[in-house]
Amino acid sequence: MHGDHACAEGAVAAGCKFFGGYPITPSTEIAEMLARRLPQVGGVFIQMEDELASIAAIIGASAAGKRSMTATSGPGLSLMMENLGLAVMLEIPCVIVDVQRGSPSTGLPTMPGQSDIMQARWGSHGDYAIVAYTPWSPQEMFDLTVLAFNVADRFRVPVLLMADEVVGHMVERVTIPPVDEIELWERKRPQRSPNGHFEAFRAEGEDLVPPIAHAGEGYKVHFTGLTHDERGYPDMTAETHDKLVQRLIAKVKRNAHAIIRTEEYHIEGASIVVIAYGCTARSARSAVRKARADGISVGLLRLISLWPFPEEKIKALANETDEFIIAEMNLGQISLEVERLARRPVKGVHHAGGAMIPPDTILNAIYETAGGKGF
Amino acid sequence: MNNTIIVDNHPLDTIIRADRMPHIWCPGCGIGIAMRCYAQAILDSDIPVDQHVVISGIGCSGRVAGYMNIDSYHTTHGRAIPFAVGMKLANPELMVTVFSGDGDLAAIGGNHLIHAARRNVDIKVICINNFNYGMTGGQVGPTTPRGARGTTAPYGNPELPFNFPYLMAACGANYLSRWTTIHVRQIKNDILYTFKKDGFTFIEVLAPCPIGFGKTNGIEDGLEEMELYRQRSIVVHDGDVTADELYIDLREDYPIFVGTFLDGERPAYHPVAV
Repeated sequence: MHGDHACAEGAVAAGCKFFGGYPITPSTEIAEMLARRLPQVGGVFIQMEDELASIAAIIGASAAGKRSMTATSGPGLSLMMENLGLAVMLEIPCVIVDVQRGSPSTGLPTMPGQSDIMQARWGSHGDYAIVAYTPWSPQEMFDLTVLAFNVADRFRVPVLLMADEVVGHMVERVTIPPVDEIELWERKRPQRSPNGHFEAFRAEGEDLVPPIAHAGEGYKVHFTGLTHDERGYPDMTAETHDKLVQRLIAKVKRNAHAIIRTEEYHIEGASIVVIAYGCTARSARSAVRKARADGISVGLLRLISLWPFPEEKIKALANETDEFIIAEMNLGQISLEVERLARRPVKGVHHAGGAMIPPDTILNAIYETAGGKGF
Repeated sequence: MNNTIIVDNHPLDTIIRADRMPHIWCPGCGIGIAMRCYAQAILDSDIPVDQHVVISGIGCSGRVAGYMNIDSYHTTHGRAIPFAVGMKLANPELMVTVFSGDGDLAAIGGNHLIHAARRNVDIKVICINNFNYGMTGGQVGPTTPRGARGTTAPYGNPELPFNFPYLMAACGANYLSRWTTIHVRQIKNDILYTFKKDGFTFIEVLAPCPIGFGKTNGIEDGLEEMELYRQRSIVVHDGDVTADELYIDLREDYPIFVGTFLDGERPAYHPVAV
């Protein structure tokens, strides 16, 4: 199955009932497939006038209770940054798929990139937290789309699926589980009746997630992008602002154990650890295999989630391993994160995008690193 | 005084968030009048209050969402309409009204406005037109008459304004009207009518902004502008008004044509079902 189509099928399997999007290479096939599939399952597909409208529409649909998604690429993601912040502030779940291409600007529309990673984390104004996953195969385009909906709903946070053109356009075997084997997490819902007292932004539990009331349910909710108190009312005080923003960030951090996903290949006791994600992890795995066949003590940490960053994992690895090699199709975005946590320089294998980093480039970096260490 | 009347409740207490009063609007502002008409229309409608949703953008008019005691969404600048489109299509049972201002809807949100009208999505738009950006202190906007002054046009506005009824008709809106804040009964009745009208409807409400538009253009008092409306408004019933006649410049002694300009039967947008 085609990667973009697997993403669309993942959305359908996750119970997505609303897609608002704007055509953009290399994500368009997701919209095309959902234009066909959503009406078959009682869902709504609408092609909006731009990406500003696309993300606004999915937030509106989600506020009415429907699992909602959009899909785009770098230029569209830039336009979505405004309302990404709104979804964070309103705590309305939504899924945003970014099939990355060579950037900045119009860049390389039909060719891969991995350079929207920091934009996904920091691109909207202000302090906030989001969740991002990064698939390395069409199978994960399916699986992680389902997970993205689950995490978005469970924690009331926008979730980005940071795919790339290679994974989006790759055709590979995809196993779609039977419907009853697909795990779906529910939104936390109000336990009180609409007639009683309900504070729409009071997070009572340890998870810091307030229950969500949908439009039309009688709770008379008020949602505003302004700083608001626990009733949802605007409150222009520094105290309320700090409390709200701190909770929005702590909410993701405190639940990081349920959000973060990584995969390890021969990490145990490895002197060198290669860190890679998305399509670049495929080259990295090949390089690690070859190097290990040559007797080099090297392993691979594949990042399946990017945000929140697996800080504890990297800190722990930094104590056990001699060298980190970071391979990514950008000029060092995740390298910065690893250096911050490892507290030492890492070796970066970087390329601005347009073509996959070949396994041999990563292999050479492993040889250089290993040689320097006297292997 | 023995004849003082003290009431415990206001008739609109159930539909207005009284705990959020006083509101932020300036003395003489017309937005509250239009909101009051909307609130009364909700109470008079045979649609349960819980089905009504109000969505606003940013600006003085955008604050209406915060004062209505119904499900209410105060979104980002210009994006109230696409937010409303998503919500309406996700739950067609909802009566979705967008209440916002001319700058929000026609400048930063202009693209969404014309496309929602083109699609004829079943949302109800109430647009306060006060000819300027009030919240930020009186800058010129897409409806400011040519030559009028604003803080960003100290020598007079060099641009021509949008003409809402003409623009919306060209885009395909199903229902179009214009009133001023002196026409409270007409506004309320019109909102009630649009609740029953399938498709995209647009009600423009001219409203005084004495602090923003007024102070730099010789209409410093809200009541003075209301008096202008009273003197110059001409109600048209057949919608037969030319584009030139729809042009508004409060500084000149032009008639202000108000009324329903279009009541069409274009098919409303409904999602594809198979």
